[in-house]
Amino acid sequence: MAEQRLKVNKTYKLFINGAFPRSESGRVYEAGGVNVPLASRKDVRDAVAAARGAQPAWASRSAYNRAQILYRVAEMLEGRRDQFITELEQSTDRTMAAETQVNNAVDRWLWYAGWADKFAQVAGGANPVAGPYFNLSLPEPAGLVTVVAPNVPSLLGLVSRVAPAVVSGNTVVVLASEESPLPALSLAEVLATSDFPPGVVNILSGRQSELVEWLASHRDVNVVDLVGVHEAALHAKARELAADAVTQVITHQPQDNDWLGGTSQSLELILASTEIKTVWHPKGR
Amino acid sequence: MTSRSQEPTYLTMTTPEASHPEFNLEYAAAPESTPPVPIEEENRLYINGEWVAPNNGEWFTTYNPATAQALARVAQGSEVDIDRAVLAATNAAAEWAAWPGSERAKVLFRVARVLAERAREFAVLETMDGGKPIKESRDFDLPQASAHFFYYAGWADKLVYAFGGQKHQPRGVVAQIIPWNFPLLMAAWKLAPALATGNTVVLKPAETTSLSALALVRVLEEAGVPPGVVNVVTGPGETGAALVNHPGVQKIAFTGSTAVGKEIQRATAARPVGLTLELGGKAANIVFEDAALDQAVEGVINGIFFNQGHVCSAGSRLLVQESIADHFIERLKARMATLRVGDPLDKNTDIGAINSPQQLEKIKTLVAAGVTEGADLYQSEVSLPTEGWFYPPSIFTNVALSHRVAQEEIFGPVLSILTFRTAEEAIEKANNTAYGLSAGVWTEKGSRILWMADRLRAGVVWANTFNRFDPTSPFGGVKESGFGREGGRAGLAPYVQLGAMWGES
Repeated sequence: MAEQRLKVNKTYKLFINGAFPRSESGRVYEAGGVNVPLASRKDVRDAVAAARGAQPAWASRSAYNRAQILYRVAEMLEGRRDQFITELEQSTDRTMAAETQVNNAVDRWLWYAGWADKFAQVAGGANPVAGPYFNLSLPEPAGLVTVVAPNVPSLLGLVSRVAPAVVSGNTVVVLASEESPLPALSLAEVLATSDFPPGVVNILSGRQSELVEWLASHRDVNVVDLVGVHEAALHAKARELAADAVTQVITHQPQDNDWLGGTSQSLELILASTEIKTVWHPKGR
Repeated sequence: MTSRSQEPTYLTMTTPEASHPEFNLEYAAAPESTPPVPIEEENRLYINGEWVAPNNGEWFTTYNPATAQALARVAQGSEVDIDRAVLAATNAAAEWAAWPGSERAKVLFRVARVLAERAREFAVLETMDGGKPIKESRDFDLPQASAHFFYYAGWADKLVYAFGGQKHQPRGVVAQIIPWNFPLLMAAWKLAPALATGNTVVLKPAETTSLSALALVRVLEEAGVPPGVVNVVTGPGETGAALVNHPGVQKIAFTGSTAVGKEIQRATAARPVGLTLELGGKAANIVFEDAALDQAVEGVINGIFFNQGHVCSAGSRLLVQESIADHFIERLKARMATLRVGDPLDKNTDIGAINSPQQLEKIKTLVAAGVTEGADLYQSEVSLPTEGWFYPPSIFTNVALSHRVAQEEIFGPVLSILTFRTAEEAIEKANNTAYGLSAGVWTEKGSRILWMADRLRAGVVWANTFNRFDPTSPFGGVKESGFGREGGRAGLAPYVQLGAMWGES
């Protein structure tokens, strides 16, 4: 008995405003052989409040700084590949080899990191209006984005939607894969040590049937990404609720559901949670 | 209320100077220490991933401009060495170009990170070999060099977005010749976009400042840049000429003087070789009477005295509106009096050493010409170090457009001041130069900034700021300041050949 050391088990928790609370509901569900918080409507509200509070300061960081922070995530994730591979192997997520999924998640952070100081150069520009005016259009972040991550691939799918949202200066509340939430909840530990200010990314676990409506209908949400919602009635309901506050809905799906292919990462996805601002200024002595 | 028999102590406190005569509160030097910088006595050429001795066995000495003492011996590359380097770059080209962009990105990201990690050592080396103030190498050259690699790393796997959907291929072997004013940063400006686009490189640093480029290739090597992808051949102008004339080179990027730029353009006239030239400048800083004068004074001072005026975009001409000219010049003189000239390793130093005795001689010659031609010279009263190569901050007033100091690039801490009455006259005078690199406009009226920017013949126009640089922002000149851009998306274009659109055959 004394020879055998007992393992210290990790309590999987939510990630809200840089802290790791349990669900305020006190409820859990079982996934991957452990208890996982069953987030409530109140947890959604707390996470949205945190994301809204963090957004102006995050957007006002220089693009270079945001790039470095996303790059730092890749560095941190690379160093913890083994943990994520183990968690994926314990899960029901069998879309691809666990190692492939983790490697691509690292590389995806890297790819989007490089976009931070480039997407405005590609998507914006001067407009040669017919008059003595300087006229410049640039994309700016929509504000607060809620994401319903796909069930599979549970890690790569979430990274593929969170990274393009935060890179432009949005803040995010993401609902993890319902079936395989463990990699997402552990990703919070990576984000917490990557110089992201608290509240920029908030991660919840729980039931889509309980939370999607609130993620879509909260009036402080600017964009909702429904990529992970496959139940048709829930999808339609969420889109309808989004109309209450004219919240923009992202419905892009990777072509053929291929999360490694060319359409799984794109400039279009960054721009989906931005809007163009145009500035006019007269020219004259 | 009781009366006090004694003065409160704070009124009787003596100054530190009084109690400790050896303690000078007026000024205390804060020199950066040099031990973290390993300088090898003998610096070889870097060809095909190996450090090789020069073929002809010739070496030259590189000096610390602040002390005029020898720092190290550097290999003098000959035609044979250039030939070997171009061959190595040629042999490495196909494999490097075939690397996935995402993997080239990773290598360049690593370079950016390591440069930031080892910033202190590089900053001290740069200051020792080049003479620039440590606060500039520490706060400008190093952060910018790292940021440049970081920015272009991000392009390496996104090139399809950079050229509007056109197919792109690397040029192949690129010859890059860089100047001595920002040795490491210019190496970064050249290497980062060339490597991101999949080219291989032969780099020729300036003769007086080879060391930081050689230190940089050690970082590249550590980061995983394969042998032959970057080669460095040190040496004087003849080494550069051999590189330019080598038929194995597909593209040449040169930063330096307009005279040499013209020679390169002539020398390559008969070859289908890509060419970009970033040459001299004689920028006008234009100050209107409504400008925020505190900022304008700082901007004009920074514009001409940054890096001892060894900046191609230096604001070496001041055009100040006549109504405020006398007042503005007085304020400039007052600000000049506070500039510290001296040991570049001292963290308090504003103006360091002139890079070489040749450059110091050139500055003296042009200043003498200014005096002879009738302009009024004012120099702030500074005691220059007795060792090394230094020059005091200087301004010329009563300058005519025809004076040599108004037309020729001095590349030193010398400002020529002219006046103007109207915006049209300011444009006329600002554009009255063979150069066209940069310009500055100081006014609180936004519409006037844009009106001026439309009319200034310059590649970069700074408004209410000066000498700002960023990896995302294209830089380069027009007219005899050259052609082609470095920085930004535009900075990728010189390093690729474009073909049909993707999706077309």
